[in-house]
Amino acid sequence: MHNFDFVKPASIADAVKAMGHDGAQALSGGQTLIPTMKQRLAAPTVLVSLTGISEMKGVCMGEGGLHIGAATPHAVVAAEAGAVYPALAALAAGIGDPAVRSKGTIGGSLANNDPAACYPSAVLASGATVVTNRRKIAADDYFQGMFTTALDEGEIITEVVFPIPQKAAYVKFNQPASRFALTGVFVAKYPGGVRVAVTGASASGVFRWAEAEAALSANFAAGAIAGLTVDASGMIGDLHGTQAYRANLVKVLTGRAVTAAG
Amino acid sequence: MTKVSMTVNGRAVSAETEGRTLLSAYLREGLRLTGTHVGCDTSQCGACVVHVDGKPVKSCTVFAQDVAGADVRTIEGMANADGSLGVIQQAFQDHHGLQCGFCTPGMVMSAAALLAENPKPTEHEVRHYLEGNICRCTGYHNIVKAVMAASGQDVSALAAE
Ligand SMILES: Cc1cc2nc3c(=O)[nH]c(=O)nc-3n(C[C@H](O)[C@H](O)[C@H](O)COP(=O)(O)OP(=O)(O)OC[C@H]3O[C@@H](n4cnc5c(N)ncnc54)[C@H](O)[C@@H]3O)c2cc1C
Ligand code: FES
Ligand code: FES
Repeated sequence: MHNFDFVKPASIADAVKAMGHDGAQALSGGQTLIPTMKQRLAAPTVLVSLTGISEMKGVCMGEGGLHIGAATPHAVVAAEAGAVYPALAALAAGIGDPAVRSKGTIGGSLANNDPAACYPSAVLASGATVVTNRRKIAADDYFQGMFTTALDEGEIITEVVFPIPQKAAYVKFNQPASRFALTGVFVAKYPGGVRVAVTGASASGVFRWAEAEAALSANFAAGAIAGLTVDASGMIGDLHGTQAYRANLVKVLTGRAVTAAG
Repeated sequence: MTKVSMTVNGRAVSAETEGRTLLSAYLREGLRLTGTHVGCDTSQCGACVVHVDGKPVKSCTVFAQDVAGADVRTIEGMANADGSLGVIQQAFQDHHGLQCGFCTPGMVMSAAALLAENPKPTEHEVRHYLEGNICRCTGYHNIVKAVMAASGQDVSALAAE
Protein backbone atom coordinates (compact mmCIF):
# COMPACT_ATOMS: atom_id res chain seq x y z
CA MET A 1 0.00 0.00 0.00
CA HIS A 2 1.25 3.49 -0.80
CA ASN A 3 1.70 5.72 2.21
CA PHE A 4 -0.50 8.74 2.97
CA ASP A 5 -1.12 11.37 5.61
CA PHE A 6 -3.81 10.39 8.05
CA VAL A 7 -6.13 13.00 9.51
CA LYS A 8 -9.02 12.49 11.89
CA PRO A 9 -11.18 15.60 12.15
CA ALA A 10 -13.79 15.94 14.91
CA SER A 11 -16.40 17.90 12.92
CA ILE A 12 -18.01 17.80 9.47
CA ALA A 13 -16.67 21.30 8.79
CA ASP A 14 -13.08 20.19 9.44
CA ALA A 15 -13.58 17.03 7.37
CA VAL A 16 -14.84 19.09 4.42
CA LYS A 17 -11.79 21.33 4.75
CA ALA A 18 -9.44 18.31 4.82
CA MET A 19 -11.17 16.85 1.75
CA GLY A 20 -10.04 19.96 -0.13
CA HIS A 21 -6.44 18.64 -0.24
CA ASP A 22 -5.26 17.27 -3.56
CA GLY A 23 -5.61 13.46 -3.51
CA ALA A 24 -7.76 13.43 -0.36
CA GLN A 25 -10.23 10.61 0.20
CA ALA A 26 -12.74 9.85 2.97
CA LEU A 27 -12.24 6.80 5.19
CA SER A 28 -15.21 5.47 7.09
CA GLY A 29 -15.22 1.84 8.25
CA GLY A 30 -12.41 0.97 5.82
CA GLN A 31 -13.92 -2.46 5.08
CA THR A 32 -13.93 -1.72 1.37
CA LEU A 33 -11.37 1.06 1.04
CA ILE A 34 -8.49 -0.60 2.94
CA PRO A 35 -8.55 -3.80 0.82
CA THR A 36 -8.78 -1.55 -2.27
CA MET A 37 -5.73 0.42 -1.15
CA LYS A 38 -3.80 -2.79 -0.49
CA GLN A 39 -4.39 -3.71 -4.13
CA ARG A 40 -3.29 -0.19 -5.10
CA LEU A 41 -6.60 0.36 -6.86
CA ALA A 42 -6.88 3.46 -4.67
CA ALA A 43 -3.90 5.52 -3.55
CA PRO A 44 -5.05 8.62 -1.67
CA THR A 45 -2.36 11.00 -0.48
CA VAL A 46 -4.49 12.23 2.42
CA LEU A 47 -6.93 9.94 4.19
CA VAL A 48 -9.68 11.76 6.07
CA SER A 49 -11.16 9.50 8.75
CA LEU A 50 -14.82 10.17 9.48
CA THR A 51 -14.91 7.89 12.52
CA GLY A 52 -14.17 10.62 15.04
CA ILE A 53 -17.09 12.86 14.02
CA SER A 54 -19.82 12.36 16.62
CA GLU A 55 -22.40 14.40 14.64
CA MET A 56 -22.15 11.74 11.90
CA LYS A 57 -22.95 8.81 14.20
CA GLY A 58 -26.14 7.49 15.69
CA VAL A 59 -29.71 6.40 15.00
CA CYS A 60 -32.68 8.57 15.97
CA MET A 61 -36.22 9.50 14.91
CA GLY A 62 -36.59 13.01 13.51
CA GLU A 63 -38.18 15.01 10.73
CA GLY A 64 -38.97 12.76 7.77
CA GLY A 65 -38.35 9.49 9.58
CA LEU A 66 -35.36 7.56 10.88
CA HIS A 67 -32.07 9.48 10.73
CA ILE A 68 -28.89 7.39 10.56
CA GLY A 69 -25.52 9.13 10.72
CA ALA A 70 -23.34 8.17 7.76
CA ALA A 71 -20.52 6.94 10.02
CA THR A 72 -22.81 4.64 12.01
CA PRO A 73 -21.55 1.03 11.88
CA HIS A 74 -23.84 -1.76 10.67
CA ALA A 75 -23.80 -3.34 14.16
CA VAL A 76 -25.25 -0.17 15.70
CA VAL A 77 -28.03 0.02 13.10
CA ALA A 78 -28.75 -3.67 13.73
CA ALA A 79 -29.00 -3.03 17.47
CA GLU A 80 -30.83 0.30 17.48
CA ALA A 81 -33.09 0.59 14.41
CA GLY A 82 -35.19 -2.49 15.22
CA ALA A 83 -37.92 -0.78 17.23
CA VAL A 84 -39.00 1.55 14.40
CA TYR A 85 -37.71 -0.11 11.23
CA PRO A 86 -37.16 -3.85 11.86
CA ALA A 87 -36.50 -4.72 8.20
CA LEU A 88 -33.64 -2.21 8.07
CA ALA A 89 -32.16 -3.51 11.33
CA ALA A 90 -32.37 -7.06 9.98
CA LEU A 91 -30.61 -6.02 6.77
CA ALA A 92 -27.78 -4.44 8.76
CA ALA A 93 -27.52 -7.57 10.93
CA GLY A 94 -27.02 -9.68 7.79
CA ILE A 95 -24.12 -7.74 6.27
CA GLY A 96 -20.87 -9.71 6.16
CA ASP A 97 -19.83 -11.01 9.58
CA PRO A 98 -19.66 -9.50 13.10
CA ALA A 99 -16.20 -7.96 12.61
CA VAL A 100 -17.27 -6.33 9.33
CA ARG A 101 -20.38 -4.99 11.07
CA SER A 102 -18.31 -3.47 13.91
CA LYS A 103 -16.51 -1.22 11.44
CA GLY A 104 -18.41 -0.96 8.14
CA THR A 105 -20.83 1.98 7.87
CA ILE A 106 -23.94 2.96 5.93
CA GLY A 107 -22.21 6.02 4.45
CA GLY A 108 -19.32 3.93 3.15
CA SER A 109 -21.67 1.37 1.67
CA LEU A 110 -23.71 4.02 -0.15
CA ALA A 111 -20.69 5.97 -1.38
CA ASN A 112 -19.20 2.77 -2.75
CA ASN A 113 -22.49 1.54 -4.31
CA ASP A 114 -21.25 -1.98 -4.90
CA PRO A 115 -23.77 -3.68 -7.22
CA ALA A 116 -24.11 -6.51 -4.67
CA ALA A 117 -24.30 -4.38 -1.51
CA CYS A 118 -27.34 -4.56 0.76
CA TYR A 119 -28.00 -0.96 1.90
CA PRO A 120 -28.63 0.52 -1.58
CA SER A 121 -31.77 -1.65 -1.87
CA ALA A 122 -33.12 -0.37 1.46
CA VAL A 123 -32.42 3.25 0.55
CA LEU A 124 -34.07 2.92 -2.87
CA ALA A 125 -37.08 0.90 -1.66
CA SER A 126 -37.67 3.34 1.20
CA GLY A 127 -37.38 6.41 -1.02
CA ALA A 128 -34.82 7.59 1.54
CA THR A 129 -32.88 10.84 1.35
CA VAL A 130 -29.07 10.87 1.20
CA VAL A 131 -27.90 14.01 2.99
CA THR A 132 -24.45 15.41 2.20
CA ASN A 133 -22.48 18.41 3.36
CA ARG A 134 -23.89 20.25 0.31
CA ARG A 135 -27.44 19.01 -0.40
CA LYS A 136 -30.18 16.43 0.00
CA ILE A 137 -30.33 13.77 -2.71
CA ALA A 138 -33.45 11.65 -3.30
CA ALA A 139 -32.70 7.93 -3.55
CA ASP A 140 -34.14 7.85 -7.09
CA ASP A 141 -31.47 10.35 -8.18
CA TYR A 142 -28.61 9.05 -6.07
CA PHE A 143 -27.79 5.64 -7.60
CA GLN A 144 -26.36 5.95 -11.11
CA GLY A 145 -25.12 2.45 -11.92
CA MET A 146 -22.44 0.10 -10.64
CA PHE A 147 -20.06 1.90 -8.26
CA THR A 148 -21.47 5.20 -9.54
CA THR A 149 -23.46 7.75 -7.54
CA ALA A 150 -24.57 11.38 -7.67
CA LEU A 151 -21.78 12.37 -5.27
CA ASP A 152 -19.34 15.01 -6.50
CA GLU A 153 -15.60 15.10 -5.84
CA GLY A 154 -14.99 15.80 -2.15
CA GLU A 155 -18.68 15.58 -1.20
CA ILE A 156 -19.36 13.78 2.10
CA ILE A 157 -22.53 11.89 3.01
CA THR A 158 -23.48 13.04 6.51
CA GLU A 159 -26.70 11.13 7.14
CA VAL A 160 -29.50 9.12 5.56
CA VAL A 161 -33.19 9.70 6.35
CA PHE A 162 -35.61 6.77 5.96
CA PRO A 163 -39.40 7.30 5.86
CA ILE A 164 -40.92 4.51 7.97
CA PRO A 165 -42.98 2.03 5.92
CA GLN A 166 -46.16 0.26 7.06
CA LYS A 167 -44.59 -3.08 6.18
CA ALA A 168 -41.21 -4.08 4.79
CA ALA A 169 -38.75 -6.94 4.43
CA TYR A 170 -35.38 -7.64 2.87
CA VAL A 171 -34.56 -11.10 1.58
CA LYS A 172 -31.03 -11.82 0.45
CA PHE A 173 -29.71 -14.87 -1.37
CA ASN A 174 -26.12 -15.02 -0.08
CA GLN A 175 -23.15 -15.47 -2.34
CA PRO A 176 -21.75 -18.17 -0.05
CA ALA A 177 -18.10 -17.11 -0.10
CA SER A 178 -18.38 -13.34 0.22
CA ARG A 179 -21.80 -13.19 1.94
CA PHE A 180 -22.70 -10.26 -0.31
CA ALA A 181 -26.05 -10.51 -2.09
CA LEU A 182 -26.04 -12.84 -5.09
CA THR A 183 -29.42 -11.17 -5.38
CA GLY A 184 -31.36 -9.32 -2.70
CA VAL A 185 -34.82 -7.74 -2.74
CA PHE A 186 -36.15 -5.04 -0.42
CA VAL A 187 -39.94 -4.54 -0.46
CA ALA A 188 -41.51 -1.60 1.38
CA LYS A 189 -45.21 -0.70 1.58
CA TYR A 190 -46.12 2.96 2.10
CA PRO A 191 -49.55 4.64 2.06
CA GLY A 192 -48.65 5.97 -1.41
CA GLY A 193 -47.73 2.54 -2.83
CA VAL A 194 -45.25 -0.30 -2.71
CA ARG A 195 -41.59 0.06 -3.70
CA VAL A 196 -39.42 -2.89 -4.72
CA ALA A 197 -35.65 -2.48 -5.02
CA VAL A 198 -33.31 -5.18 -6.26
CA THR A 199 -29.58 -5.47 -5.58
CA GLY A 200 -26.98 -7.97 -6.76
CA ALA A 201 -28.82 -8.84 -9.95
CA SER A 202 -28.35 -6.10 -12.51
CA ALA A 203 -25.19 -5.03 -14.30
CA SER A 204 -26.46 -1.45 -13.85
CA GLY A 205 -26.57 -1.77 -10.06
CA VAL A 206 -29.55 -1.44 -7.75
CA PHE A 207 -32.89 -0.91 -9.55
CA ARG A 208 -36.65 -0.65 -8.94
CA TRP A 209 -38.87 -3.35 -10.39
CA ALA A 210 -41.74 -1.21 -11.66
CA GLU A 211 -44.13 -4.01 -12.74
CA ALA A 212 -43.93 -5.65 -9.33
CA GLU A 213 -44.50 -2.30 -7.61
CA ALA A 214 -47.70 -1.79 -9.61
CA ALA A 215 -48.96 -5.31 -8.97
CA LEU A 216 -48.15 -5.19 -5.25
CA SER A 217 -49.61 -1.71 -4.80
CA ALA A 218 -52.91 -3.15 -6.08
CA ASN A 219 -52.65 -6.35 -4.04
CA PHE A 220 -49.91 -6.81 -1.41
CA ALA A 221 -49.61 -10.59 -1.66
CA ALA A 222 -46.89 -12.85 -3.06
CA GLY A 223 -49.38 -14.22 -5.60
CA ALA A 224 -49.82 -10.79 -7.15
CA ILE A 225 -46.53 -11.12 -9.02
CA ALA A 226 -47.12 -14.71 -10.18
CA GLY A 227 -47.75 -13.68 -13.78
CA LEU A 228 -44.75 -11.35 -14.08
CA THR A 229 -41.41 -12.20 -15.65
CA VAL A 230 -38.05 -10.47 -15.30
CA ASP A 231 -36.02 -9.76 -18.42
CA ALA A 232 -32.70 -11.61 -18.10
CA SER A 233 -30.80 -9.34 -20.46
CA GLY A 234 -28.87 -6.78 -18.45
CA MET A 235 -28.59 -9.14 -15.48
CA ILE A 236 -25.18 -10.11 -14.08
CA GLY A 237 -24.05 -13.53 -15.24
CA ASP A 238 -21.02 -15.14 -13.59
CA LEU A 239 -19.84 -18.48 -12.23
CA HIS A 240 -22.14 -18.08 -9.23
CA GLY A 241 -25.29 -17.70 -11.30
CA THR A 242 -26.34 -17.14 -14.90
CA GLN A 243 -28.39 -14.16 -16.06
CA ALA A 244 -31.52 -16.31 -16.22
CA TYR A 245 -30.84 -17.64 -12.73
CA ARG A 246 -30.60 -14.14 -11.31
CA ALA A 247 -33.71 -12.99 -13.19
CA ASN A 248 -35.59 -15.88 -11.62
CA LEU A 249 -34.16 -15.05 -8.18
CA VAL A 250 -35.53 -11.51 -8.46
CA LYS A 251 -39.05 -12.86 -8.76
CA VAL A 252 -38.68 -15.61 -6.15
CA LEU A 253 -37.10 -13.31 -3.58
CA THR A 254 -39.68 -10.57 -4.19
CA GLY A 255 -42.41 -13.08 -3.38
CA ARG A 256 -40.56 -14.19 -0.26
CA ALA A 257 -40.04 -10.61 0.85
CA VAL A 258 -43.76 -9.84 0.49
CA THR A 259 -44.61 -12.92 2.54
CA ALA A 260 -41.99 -11.99 5.17
CA ALA A 261 -43.36 -8.45 5.37
CA GLY A 262 -46.73 -9.99 6.24
CA MET B 1 6.27 8.73 11.66
CA THR B 2 3.60 9.36 14.27
CA LYS B 3 3.59 7.90 17.74
CA VAL B 4 0.31 6.09 18.47
CA SER B 5 -0.70 5.25 22.04
CA MET B 6 -3.47 2.92 23.13
CA THR B 7 -4.30 0.45 25.85
CA VAL B 8 -3.56 -3.15 24.92
CA ASN B 9 -4.63 -5.90 27.32
CA GLY B 10 -4.90 -3.33 30.09
CA ARG B 11 -1.40 -1.93 29.53
CA ALA B 12 -0.66 1.57 28.21
CA VAL B 13 1.51 1.12 25.09
CA SER B 14 2.83 3.22 22.24
CA ALA B 15 4.72 2.66 19.00
CA GLU B 16 5.75 4.63 15.93
CA THR B 17 3.47 4.32 12.89
CA GLU B 18 3.05 5.49 9.34
CA GLY B 19 -0.41 6.40 8.05
CA ARG B 20 -0.60 3.00 6.36
CA THR B 21 0.40 0.98 9.45
CA LEU B 22 -2.37 -1.53 10.08
CA LEU B 23 -3.48 -2.40 13.60
CA SER B 24 -2.26 -5.97 12.92
CA ALA B 25 1.24 -4.66 12.12
CA TYR B 26 1.18 -2.29 15.10
CA LEU B 27 0.46 -5.24 17.40
CA ARG B 28 2.78 -7.78 15.78
CA GLU B 29 5.73 -5.63 14.72
CA GLY B 30 5.37 -2.56 16.93
CA LEU B 31 4.54 -4.35 20.17
CA ARG B 32 5.82 -7.84 19.31
CA LEU B 33 2.45 -9.33 20.22
CA THR B 34 2.57 -12.02 17.55
CA GLY B 35 -0.39 -14.01 18.86
CA THR B 36 -2.63 -12.07 16.47
CA HIS B 37 -2.24 -13.91 13.15
CA VAL B 38 -2.49 -12.52 9.64
CA GLY B 39 -3.92 -15.18 7.34
CA CYS B 40 -5.31 -13.49 4.26
CA ASP B 41 -4.66 -9.78 4.83
CA THR B 42 -7.78 -9.16 2.72
CA SER B 43 -10.45 -9.14 5.47
CA GLN B 44 -11.75 -12.58 4.58
CA CYS B 45 -10.37 -15.07 7.10
CA GLY B 46 -10.75 -13.58 10.58
CA ALA B 47 -7.40 -14.90 11.94
CA CYS B 48 -6.54 -11.32 12.91
CA VAL B 49 -9.67 -10.54 14.96
CA VAL B 50 -9.03 -8.49 18.10
CA HIS B 51 -11.40 -6.40 20.23
CA VAL B 52 -11.38 -2.61 19.94
CA ASP B 53 -13.41 -0.96 22.69
CA GLY B 54 -15.11 -4.30 23.24
CA LYS B 55 -16.08 -4.92 19.60
CA PRO B 56 -14.53 -7.58 17.35
CA VAL B 57 -12.64 -6.13 14.38
CA LYS B 58 -10.32 -7.52 11.73
CA SER B 59 -7.05 -5.87 12.72
CA CYS B 60 -5.71 -6.24 9.15
CA THR B 61 -8.46 -3.87 8.02
CA VAL B 62 -8.04 -1.04 10.54
CA PHE B 63 -5.35 1.64 10.55
CA ALA B 64 -3.47 1.99 13.83
CA GLN B 65 -3.80 5.79 13.73
CA ASP B 66 -7.59 5.46 13.43
CA VAL B 67 -7.80 3.63 16.78
CA ALA B 68 -5.31 5.77 18.73
CA GLY B 69 -6.44 5.92 22.35
CA ALA B 70 -8.63 2.82 22.04
CA ASP B 71 -8.88 -0.07 24.47
CA VAL B 72 -7.63 -3.15 22.58
CA ARG B 73 -7.69 -6.77 23.65
CA THR B 74 -5.75 -9.50 21.88
CA ILE B 75 -5.31 -13.23 22.37
CA GLU B 76 -2.41 -12.44 24.75
CA GLY B 77 -5.00 -10.89 27.05
CA MET B 78 -7.21 -13.99 27.20
CA ALA B 79 -5.21 -16.10 29.67
CA ASN B 80 -5.93 -15.94 33.39
CA ALA B 81 -3.80 -13.70 35.62
CA ASP B 82 -1.73 -16.70 36.77
CA GLY B 83 -0.90 -17.60 33.16
CA SER B 84 -3.24 -20.58 32.92
CA LEU B 85 -5.57 -20.78 29.92
CA GLY B 86 -8.80 -18.77 30.02
CA VAL B 87 -12.14 -20.56 29.89
CA ILE B 88 -12.54 -20.33 26.10
CA GLN B 89 -8.91 -21.30 25.44
CA GLN B 90 -9.21 -24.27 27.80
CA ALA B 91 -12.40 -25.39 26.06
CA PHE B 92 -10.62 -25.29 22.67
CA GLN B 93 -7.92 -27.54 24.12
CA ASP B 94 -10.38 -29.89 25.84
CA HIS B 95 -12.58 -30.31 22.77
CA HIS B 96 -9.82 -30.38 20.14
CA GLY B 97 -11.05 -27.10 18.65
CA LEU B 98 -7.73 -26.63 16.86
CA GLN B 99 -5.27 -28.56 14.76
CA CYS B 100 -2.56 -26.30 13.28
CA GLY B 101 -3.79 -23.43 15.47
CA PHE B 102 -3.40 -20.71 12.88
CA CYS B 103 -7.04 -19.60 12.99
CA THR B 104 -7.33 -20.08 16.75
CA PRO B 105 -6.49 -16.56 18.01
CA GLY B 106 -9.22 -15.10 15.79
CA MET B 107 -11.65 -17.89 16.68
CA VAL B 108 -11.12 -17.32 20.39
CA MET B 109 -11.52 -13.55 20.09
CA SER B 110 -14.70 -13.91 18.00
CA ALA B 111 -16.03 -16.49 20.45
CA ALA B 112 -15.30 -14.14 23.36
CA ALA B 113 -17.20 -11.33 21.59
CA LEU B 114 -20.14 -13.67 20.99
CA LEU B 115 -20.30 -14.87 24.61
CA ALA B 116 -20.11 -11.28 25.88
CA GLU B 117 -23.18 -10.46 23.74
CA ASN B 118 -24.99 -13.75 24.11
CA PRO B 119 -23.80 -15.86 27.08
CA LYS B 120 -25.79 -19.01 26.14
CA PRO B 121 -25.83 -19.20 22.34
CA THR B 122 -27.44 -22.05 20.44
CA GLU B 123 -25.31 -24.16 18.11
CA HIS B 124 -26.82 -22.28 15.17
CA GLU B 125 -25.97 -18.92 16.74
CA VAL B 126 -22.35 -20.01 17.25
CA ARG B 127 -22.04 -21.11 13.63
CA HIS B 128 -23.64 -17.92 12.39
CA TYR B 129 -21.44 -15.66 14.52
CA LEU B 130 -18.25 -17.41 13.40
CA GLU B 131 -19.09 -16.94 9.70
CA GLY B 132 -16.17 -14.55 9.26
CA ASN B 133 -13.61 -16.92 10.78
CA ILE B 134 -12.20 -19.50 8.42
CA CYS B 135 -10.49 -22.70 9.57
CA ARG B 136 -8.67 -24.89 7.06
CA CYS B 137 -8.17 -27.83 9.45
CA THR B 138 -10.88 -28.73 11.88
CA GLY B 139 -14.07 -28.78 9.84
CA TYR B 140 -15.55 -26.48 12.53
CA HIS B 141 -17.51 -29.05 14.55
CA ASN B 142 -15.06 -29.12 17.45
CA ILE B 143 -14.73 -25.33 17.40
CA VAL B 144 -18.49 -25.01 17.78
CA LYS B 145 -18.41 -27.63 20.52
CA ALA B 146 -15.65 -25.76 22.36
CA VAL B 147 -17.55 -22.48 22.24
CA MET B 148 -20.73 -24.18 23.49
CA ALA B 149 -18.75 -25.81 26.29
CA ALA B 150 -17.09 -22.50 27.20
CA SER B 151 -20.59 -21.05 27.63
CA GLY B 152 -21.24 -23.68 30.29
CA GLN B 153 -23.63 -25.78 28.19
CA ASP B 154 -23.65 -29.57 28.02
CA VAL B 155 -22.04 -30.62 24.75
CA SER B 156 -22.10 -34.39 25.24
CA ALA B 157 -24.99 -34.71 22.78
CA LEU B 158 -23.39 -32.56 20.04
CA ALA B 159 -22.57 -34.82 17.14
CA ALA B 160 -18.99 -34.94 15.91
CA GLU B 161 -20.45 -35.32 12.42
C1 LIG C 1 -15.86 -9.93 4.35
C2 LIG C 1 -16.79 -8.81 3.94
C3 LIG C 1 -18.13 -9.10 3.73
C4 LIG C 1 -19.01 -8.08 3.37
N1 LIG C 1 -20.32 -8.41 3.17
C5 LIG C 1 -21.19 -7.45 2.79
C6 LIG C 1 -22.57 -7.73 2.59
O1 LIG C 1 -23.03 -8.86 2.79
N2 LIG C 1 -23.38 -6.73 2.20
C7 LIG C 1 -22.93 -5.46 2.04
O2 LIG C 1 -23.72 -4.60 1.70
N3 LIG C 1 -21.64 -5.15 2.22
C8 LIG C 1 -20.77 -6.11 2.60
N4 LIG C 1 -19.45 -5.78 2.81
C9 LIG C 1 -19.04 -4.38 2.61
C10 LIG C 1 -19.18 -3.61 3.89
O3 LIG C 1 -20.53 -3.39 4.19
C11 LIG C 1 -18.45 -2.28 3.81
O4 LIG C 1 -18.35 -1.89 5.13
C12 LIG C 1 -19.09 -1.18 3.03
O5 LIG C 1 -19.37 -1.51 1.73
C13 LIG C 1 -18.19 0.05 2.99
O6 LIG C 1 -18.37 0.76 4.15
P1 LIG C 1 -17.14 1.32 4.96
O7 LIG C 1 -17.72 2.16 6.05
O8 LIG C 1 -16.26 0.22 5.37
O9 LIG C 1 -16.47 2.29 3.89
P2 LIG C 1 -14.96 2.56 3.47
O10 LIG C 1 -14.31 1.31 3.07
O11 LIG C 1 -14.29 3.37 4.53
O12 LIG C 1 -15.19 3.50 2.22
C14 LIG C 1 -15.74 3.02 1.01
C15 LIG C 1 -15.79 4.16 -0.02
O13 LIG C 1 -16.72 5.15 0.38
C16 LIG C 1 -16.11 6.43 0.55
N5 LIG C 1 -16.79 7.01 1.72
C17 LIG C 1 -16.88 6.44 2.95
N6 LIG C 1 -17.69 7.17 3.74
C18 LIG C 1 -18.11 8.23 3.00
C19 LIG C 1 -18.98 9.33 3.27
N7 LIG C 1 -19.59 9.48 4.47
N8 LIG C 1 -19.20 10.23 2.29
C20 LIG C 1 -18.60 10.07 1.08
N9 LIG C 1 -17.78 9.04 0.76
C21 LIG C 1 -17.53 8.13 1.71
C22 LIG C 1 -14.63 6.14 0.71
O14 LIG C 1 -13.86 7.21 0.29
C23 LIG C 1 -14.47 4.92 -0.17
O15 LIG C 1 -14.37 5.29 -1.51
C24 LIG C 1 -18.54 -6.76 3.20
C25 LIG C 1 -17.20 -6.46 3.41
C26 LIG C 1 -16.31 -7.47 3.79
C27 LIG C 1 -14.88 -7.14 4.01
S1 FES D 1 -5.83 -11.57 8.11
FE1 FES D 1 -7.39 -10.18 8.64
S2 FES D 1 -9.14 -11.17 7.92
FE2 FES D 1 -7.58 -12.51 7.26
S1 FES E 1 -6.75 -25.12 13.16
FE1 FES E 1 -5.64 -24.88 11.33
S2 FES E 1 -6.73 -23.26 10.37
FE2 FES E 1 -7.98 -23.69 12.06
